[in-house]
Amino acid sequence: MEKFEKLTSVAAPLPIANVDTDMIIPARYLKTIKRTGLGEGLFANMRFNEDGSDNEEFVLNQPAYKDAEVLVAGNNFGCGSSREHAPWALMDYGIKCVVSTDFADIFYNNSFKNGMLLIKVGPEELDMLMDDAGRGANATVTVDLEAQEITGPDGGVIKFEIDAFRKHCLLNGLDDIGLTMEKEDKIASFEESHRAAQPWL
Amino acid sequence: MSAPKTLFDKIWDAHLIDESDDGTCLIFIDRHIVHEVTSPQAFEGLRTAGRKVRRPDLTLAVPDHNVPTSDRAAGIEDEESRIQVETLDKNCRDFGLQIFGMDDIRQGICHVIGPEQGFTLPGTTLICGDSHTATHGAFGSLSFGVGTSEVEHVLATQTMIQRKSKNMRVTVDGELPLGVTAKDMILAIIGEIGTAGGTGCVIEFAGEAIRSLSMEGRMTVCNMTIEGGARAGLIAPDETTFEYLKGRPMAPKGGAWETAAEYWKTLKSDEGAKYDIEVTLKAEDIVPQVTWGTSPEDVVPITGAVPNPSDESDESRRNKMERSLEYMGLEPGTAMRDVRIDRMFIGSCTNSRIEDLRAAAEVAQKAIDKGRKVAGHVDAMVVPGSGLVKAQAEEEGLDRIFIEAGFDWREPGCSMCLAMNADKLTPGERCASTSNRNFEGRQGPGGRTHLVSPAMAAAAAIAGRLTDIRDLD
Repeated sequence: MEKFEKLTSVAAPLPIANVDTDMIIPARYLKTIKRTGLGEGLFANMRFNEDGSDNEEFVLNQPAYKDAEVLVAGNNFGCGSSREHAPWALMDYGIKCVVSTDFADIFYNNSFKNGMLLIKVGPEELDMLMDDAGRGANATVTVDLEAQEITGPDGGVIKFEIDAFRKHCLLNGLDDIGLTMEKEDKIASFEESHRAAQPWL
Repeated sequence: MSAPKTLFDKIWDAHLIDESDDGTCLIFIDRHIVHEVTSPQAFEGLRTAGRKVRRPDLTLAVPDHNVPTSDRAAGIEDEESRIQVETLDKNCRDFGLQIFGMDDIRQGICHVIGPEQGFTLPGTTLICGDSHTATHGAFGSLSFGVGTSEVEHVLATQTMIQRKSKNMRVTVDGELPLGVTAKDMILAIIGEIGTAGGTGCVIEFAGEAIRSLSMEGRMTVCNMTIEGGARAGLIAPDETTFEYLKGRPMAPKGGAWETAAEYWKTLKSDEGAKYDIEVTLKAEDIVPQVTWGTSPEDVVPITGAVPNPSDESDESRRNKMERSLEYMGLEPGTAMRDVRIDRMFIGSCTNSRIEDLRAAAEVAQKAIDKGRKVAGHVDAMVVPGSGLVKAQAEEEGLDRIFIEAGFDWREPGCSMCLAMNADKLTPGERCASTSNRNFEGRQGPGGRTHLVSPAMAAAAAIAGRLTDIRDLD
């Protein structure tokens, strides 16, 4: 997994609440056995017209946001299906950080396991960031994970919370399967007592 | 004496391997169900790292999302779908996992076959790379939907890293009125708490109306827990649960059954256990529900009308409503019963079990008795949840009732719940569906979904428009 430390980028505004994972990547793009190339289907139903051409109105198709690596979105982003193709699609497209007031649980987990940072902020802070993002190409934001800060285009700083384990994994690009396997003794001894307690399993 | 515990606390504590100072926990996973869509990258990850499946005996695999629901003799036409299903077969062979392949009568939707086989058991932890894993909570199994990285983590270690969720309880008191089902109950609950109402929580469903439900009904309720934002739903196991499980192929037998059942009877929340959030509904107040928008929280009674965004004071909610109505092609104030449909879908992990099919067939039979059939302009498909559900329905003659009434009787799979196989809506088509999500494009790009119960779906197919099931009698 790639490390996430600091990022300076244009932020694209997506002021829609409850953006679900079917919106992020429709099911027809899930027929792959790979993790890569999913950027093609990102927001497909909104990004493309029925004839397959770009929908010019969609934020990521506007010239100012072509290189956006940060997305500022409405509440409850990532609700719905457990498909990890959603963070894979965002990452493959180039989005490395999403800011919202809240995220759906499964999507939240999935994103961190792929090196993508999700930041929860308060409603007023989100409004402010949404306005900043609306200013287009000249309004870049800087996300600093170590300091847990977002610095807006005018120098305003928003502090954010993140749990220590996720932060540690992201900063160091750690694969958590490897970390868990270091606890093999604990797992094996639990397994033994669990088998004794519930032998029918 | 220790503090009173909730059902969730008890199952959690019985699976806790390790807890870090910051609250990050490692829990043991008893059961894992794997399907073809969210697993290929997990197996690939194991191969790349040279890792094995730690406990192949605790994993069960089944293809469901991509499989055709028409005649399967010719295999899968779509190349990508076929590759995914073949990849699952190969991965199961390579890693030594049990699989119910496409030609196995036990094949079906992962959340239908787990319970059906007795693989799902009370007091267990269960995961699957699918958000509707919450379904298994109906048995008092702590069941989480996860992404592919977590699928890989469980395959490699049989554990999951997680922080403990909050405790939430939804109590439904009283008795459901006639014609009102488990589906209406869970839609009403989601309407009440909202689609993010359970975020960060495990929801325990309690109360007389929940206790009175069959296992099929309980599965419908727990299935849609995720639509209320919670990763897991739980119902304490009781005699109804034991009755359903006893004799299932993978359930414990003989003396082991007796020992297990003794333990399972202790799996209920203690008197005085604390919940972070409590919500109570009265069953008597629930009427048949139908969604009008593009989120499961966009729900109204069938007797109601399409809401008006201008009545909504919150700007972001108003915008969402306007967007939904535009997508759905609906005008505010339209009576739900005046909404004409083009398609009907009975199926999905929410409503494709034998009881669901019986409820729909009863409506179909009434129509036949009155000389009626599926409306001429409606295409109606019935997709059983598994090969065994299909076989049982056929033994009971339900297939003949459906076919006589003009419904299309198909092979088991996820089908038009998420439109990954050939079953999908075309742009602008409107569907009464027993599935779980009315998201934009969920049943096909541009497709418009109204979530309802199986009986309501069948009634809508016959009337050609959304219908109050209670008006049929």
